[in-house]
Order: sequence, then structure tokens, then C-alpha cells
Amino acid sequence: MLTLEPRRRSSTLLQALTPVLAVLATMVAGGILFAALGKNPVEAIRIIFVDPFFDPFSRSELLVKAAPLALIAIGLSFGFRAGIWNIGAEGQFIIGALCAGATALAFWGTEGTWLLPLMALAGMIGGFLWGMIPALLKIRFGANEILVSLMLVYVAELLLSALVSGPLRDPDGFNFPESRRFHDSATLPIILQNTRAHIGILVALALGPLAYAILHKHVFGYHVKLLGTAPRAAAFAGVNTKLMIAACLGLSGALAGLAGTFEAAGPVGQLVPSLPVGYGFTAIIVAFLGRLDPLGILAASLVMALTYIGGETAQFTLQIPAAAISVFQGMLLFFLLGFEVLTRFRIRRVTRATS
Amino acid sequence: MKTSVAPHAVTLTAIAALVVFALANGLNPVLLTVSITVAATPLLLAALGEMVVEKSGVLNLGVEGMMIIGAIAGFATAVETGSPMIGLIAAAAAGAALSLVFGFLTQVLLSNQVATGLALTLFGLGLAALLGQSYAGLKPPSFPHLDIPLVSDIPVLGPILFAHDLLVYITALILLGTAWFLYRTRAGLILRAVGENHDAAHALGYEVIRIRLAAIAFGGACAGLGGAGLSLVRVPQWTEGMTAGAGWIALAIVVFGSWRPGRVALGAFLFGGVTILQLNLQAANLTALWLLVLGFLLLATHVTVRGLTTGSMHRSMLPLWAATLASAAWALAAPVSIQTQYLSMTPYICTIIVLVVMSADRLKANLNAPASLGRVFFRTG
Repeated sequence: MLTLEPRRRSSTLLQALTPVLAVLATMVAGGILFAALGKNPVEAIRIIFVDPFFDPFSRSELLVKAAPLALIAIGLSFGFRAGIWNIGAEGQFIIGALCAGATALAFWGTEGTWLLPLMALAGMIGGFLWGMIPALLKIRFGANEILVSLMLVYVAELLLSALVSGPLRDPDGFNFPESRRFHDSATLPIILQNTRAHIGILVALALGPLAYAILHKHVFGYHVKLLGTAPRAAAFAGVNTKLMIAACLGLSGALAGLAGTFEAAGPVGQLVPSLPVGYGFTAIIVAFLGRLDPLGILAASLVMALTYIGGETAQFTLQIPAAAISVFQGMLLFFLLGFEVLTRFRIRRVTRATS
Repeated sequence: MKTSVAPHAVTLTAIAALVVFALANGLNPVLLTVSITVAATPLLLAALGEMVVEKSGVLNLGVEGMMIIGAIAGFATAVETGSPMIGLIAAAAAGAALSLVFGFLTQVLLSNQVATGLALTLFGLGLAALLGQSYAGLKPPSFPHLDIPLVSDIPVLGPILFAHDLLVYITALILLGTAWFLYRTRAGLILRAVGENHDAAHALGYEVIRIRLAAIAFGGACAGLGGAGLSLVRVPQWTEGMTAGAGWIALAIVVFGSWRPGRVALGAFLFGGVTILQLNLQAANLTALWLLVLGFLLLATHVTVRGLTTGSMHRSMLPLWAATLASAAWALAAPVSIQTQYLSMTPYICTIIVLVVMSADRLKANLNAPASLGRVFFRTG
């Protein structure tokens, strides 16, 4: 019989290894899934995980998809470490896109380099305020932030749909529920010729080390970690729990709002009801895959982007349904959480002496 | 407890408001009640299952995922076999099977319950979409209606109580069975003990992990049944992501019901009512202000009745009645029509309001919450 024996300190080697193990296990389980769907598993895995690296367009698309995931996941990781569960990043992403988009449309046709920073500010404030709703309700009334933030995702989706078929609708758009296309100075500059790789990728890259420093070197990061591991000790040490709730939800809201801004002003270029594609939820997986560490998250966002890009290719070359990719991503999180046990416990074989 | 009159007064007010609303808009109050019952059934099933899980001290946030798996498993099985009953069984089995993945991870591998529940939802939504690809647009075999002879012919009471589809009666049985099990049997007492203090229960020799796994499987089966209620009875059709947050609302209903079967049932009917009302408002092209009026009315009733029973008037009583009257006058004077999306938001916004109201009274909210809820049990010795 096997039992678990707690480790005195968690193994650093295994901590680094679990995400890799989880990805490998997901590949195996995914292969079985594809075989069950009647596809060649080896070919499917190759198309999803290897091929995107050898195609220049896919390589740049990898960055386009990874940037919003990394931005949102870095924001979420602080809260997750502190035990504050914002799972409504999707809603904050939408509100960010809405606020930035509304700003772009308000100044439609106006030239100026000030417009994009203004849009980013509007998007971040929008996401921040949307994140403050669950924060304030938790602080003032003790309402569960998980449920409140999630309910607000549905509200945000409906709000986006209402606004693009109402006040923000394209006046020359034949009543289609979509806004005008943003003009040039409201669209993100491209950093690689002939691709969709935009400046938001650089922002995400710069944010990684910055967040790493805050988490591991700044007192805020210390408080976050303390609150997560020993809430009572944190209270005695003078950590202001209410402030931390507001900070964690506000920070992740603002970053999700920024990601929404980049999505609207970047690859999409307008406001449409189909703007949210679930980055806010996938980012939860990215945060855990990166072991809630900003630098790990940068790497994890690339892996997750890989499943998106490779998944799209697999969709039309192998006719693998789009939903198979979400199954894949869900499995990855299961394996991650399952392997996590190895870092904290040792597995021992015991012979049952006394029962 | 003196304050326990307030919920009843609120329920009665809600029922009265419903009847007035129905009559004023030329709707049949009896039919309205029937459609609310149909809408409440899936929510009640999922919420009851989750309540038992939480009573055993486990927080499973994967209700949405288990519901949608139940929805597609039930739908696909019913279409393939032609039998909705086999569909129900398949739905319960699928929900339970998925929940045991959660059970294995959280109970055996000691993973974080919040994160694992989220994973369950993400995985379930994906898997359901994958399985349901070829089933979109199909019609399921019609669900058996059970008109109980003689009594179903009684006017008003007959259709409200005795002429439903089978799932409503199954749900009623599960509701009664759960209440009986939790509060009238030894096994129920043990389950609650495990939820209150797993270390003490373990020290007494109870198999904490096994009991929790059983509770988790029951919760999964109920959520699966609830999902099948959506795809086979309520809608009845399969569309991707059709649960649309119903699983999350079920989680909120457990909090609303403060972990008591009767109140959970009340909560499910309240949310079923909100869903049906907003659909009727959409259809009747009425202003959403009436929902605001209703909200104020219920709050004002609650505060007034509580004030009357405790003998001290709450300071928000008069402003609440003023708000009720003002919003009613506004709704009558300015029948602004608004976009349907805003009406569709109401179930979600109501969930938030309910959570806030229930959590505000911390002492009362925590009185019934299982003390070990969400805590990891590591077996020593």
C-alpha cells in the first residue's frame, strides 16, 4: 500500500519539474483522446506542439496569443498566492476592451500619439473598477469573491453585446452588432513586419521581470505570500487584509483590462461581441502552469498559446474539433494539480503492520 | 428565534407580487408557476447535491462542469436509446464519474479544492462541447409527463402540484430524502460531523476520505441530473455552453439557503422565478424597472417584518418603502423599453445581491456553514 509522507521542505527540483511532467502527461492523455477520435495521435501531437515553431507566421501568432495570457495570469498570480480568488478576469478583460474601445471611438479620426496611452489608461481603469466590485463586496459584506467575480463575467458579456448593438454600433454598418473599425492612431503599432505581433508583447515581456521583483523583493510580494500561507500570522504581523483584497483584485483587474485593450486595439481592431475568447479563463491555467511565478508564467503563456495555434492548425488539417483543445487545457490543469502532491509529499510504500 | 418570520413574509410577498404581475399582464398565474417550477428544478438538483458535498466539508466549484457533462450525456443517451429515463441515469452517472476525478485529486492527492473545482469546470465545458458536436439541433425524445390521476384535475392546485414531468417528482423526492438523511439518520449525522471537524471525526474512527468521496459522487450525480433537466426538459435541446452559469448560481443558492434543504429549495424557486420573470418581461416588452420595484418591495417587507418581530425599527425601513413607491411610480410613468441584454443580466445581478445580503449578517451566515469547509484533510495515524 502506498502512503504520503510530508516532506520537511518542498523539493525545489520537483517544483521546477512538475509543470514539465504535467505537459508530458497531457500529451500522452491527449494522444489517447485523439486516438479515440480516430486521428493519428503522434501526428496530432506533432502538429500541435512542434510545427508552430517552424512556421514564421505561427511563431509571431504565438506571441500575439501569449501576450494577453501572460498579462492576465501575472495579475491573477498575486491574488492566487494570497488566497484571493479572482476568476472573473474574463469580465475585467471585456470591460477593459470596452472602455478602451469607447475611448477610441470617441476620438474617432483624431490623429495623435496620445490616444493609445489614453486608451490603455481607460482600459486599465475599467478593468480595475470591474475588479473592485467583488473586492468591495468582499471587504464590506464578506461576499464570496469567486462567485461575484464570475457572475460579473456574464454581466460584462451582455453589456458588451448591448453596447455594440446600441450606442457603440457602427453607424454605416448595416445594423450589424459591431463598432466601427478603429482608425490608425487607435491601433497598436506592429513590431514585426507583415505579422500581427504588436507592441503589447513587449509590455508583457517587460512586466514579467517587474512583477518578479515585486513578488520576491518588495514588501508587497512578501505580504501576499504571508497572507496565503499563514493568514493568522499575517494579521498579527500587521498585514491589512482588506487592503490586500483590494490590491490583489484591483491589480489583476487592471492587467486584465490592459490585455483587453491590447486585444481590441491590436488583432481585432474594433469592438465585436466575439471579442472575448476565454483568455480570462485560460489565464487561470497559465498562472498555475507557471507555478504562480511571473517568469514561469511568461514561459507557460507560450506553452498555452502553442495549444491554441497548434489546435487551430490541427482543426483544418486533421479535422480535430475546436473543443478538443479546451479538453486538452483542462486536462493540463488536472495533471498540474495532481503532480503538485509530489513537491510536498514523498510517496512511501508501507507494509500494513497494524491497521 | 424571533426573526424566523421574516423569510416567510418575504416568500408570501413574492408569491403575491407574482400573481399580481401575471394577472396584470394577462398571463395565467398557474401556468407561470408551472414554468417557474420547471426552471427551478435543475437549479434545485445541483444545489442540493452541492449542499451535501459542502456539509461534508468539501467545496466543489466544478458544479457548472458536472452539470454540462450531465446535460450532454443525458441528451446523447436519450437520443441514441430513445428513452429519456436511460438518459437521466446516464447523466447522473456521468456527473458522478466526473466528480470522482475531483474527489481523487482533492481527497487522495490533497490538491487545492478551489483550483481543482475550477479545473473541473473548464474540463467539463470542453469535454461537453467535444461530445456534443453531432447533437446540436437535434430534438430529444419527449420527457414523460406524470399527471397523477384524480388529484391533477383539481383546479389551480392540480396543475401546480400534481401534473409535472417526472423529473420534478424525482427532485422532490431527492429534496425530502436529503433533508431526512442529513437530519434524521445516523449516517447523516456522521457526514455533518466530518464536515464540522474532520480531525475529530477521524479520531472517532470514521473514514473521512471515504465519506467525503461518497458525498462528492452524490453531488456529481445530482449536478448531472440537473444538467439533464436543462437539456431534456427545460430547453429541450443541446447547445454548447447551455448551462450559462446555472452551476455557479446553484453554488450561490447553497449560500443563500444557509446549508438548509428547505431554504435551498426556496432559493432555487426564487432564481427560477427571476429567470422566468425576466423572460416574460422581455416578451411583454415591459420595462425592467418592475424588477427593481420587486427587489425593493421584498427588501422593505423583510426589514419591516423583522422590525415588527424584534420591536425595533431598522433605520432603512422608511427609505426602502419610499424607494419601492418611487420606482413603481417611475415604472408606471415612463415605460422605457430597453435592450433585452440588460434584462438577461438580472439572474446574475440577483445572485450578487443575494450573496451580499446573505453574507452581510456574518454571524448568521457562518452559524450553519460547515466549519471544515474547504480545508484539506491529511490523515495522520
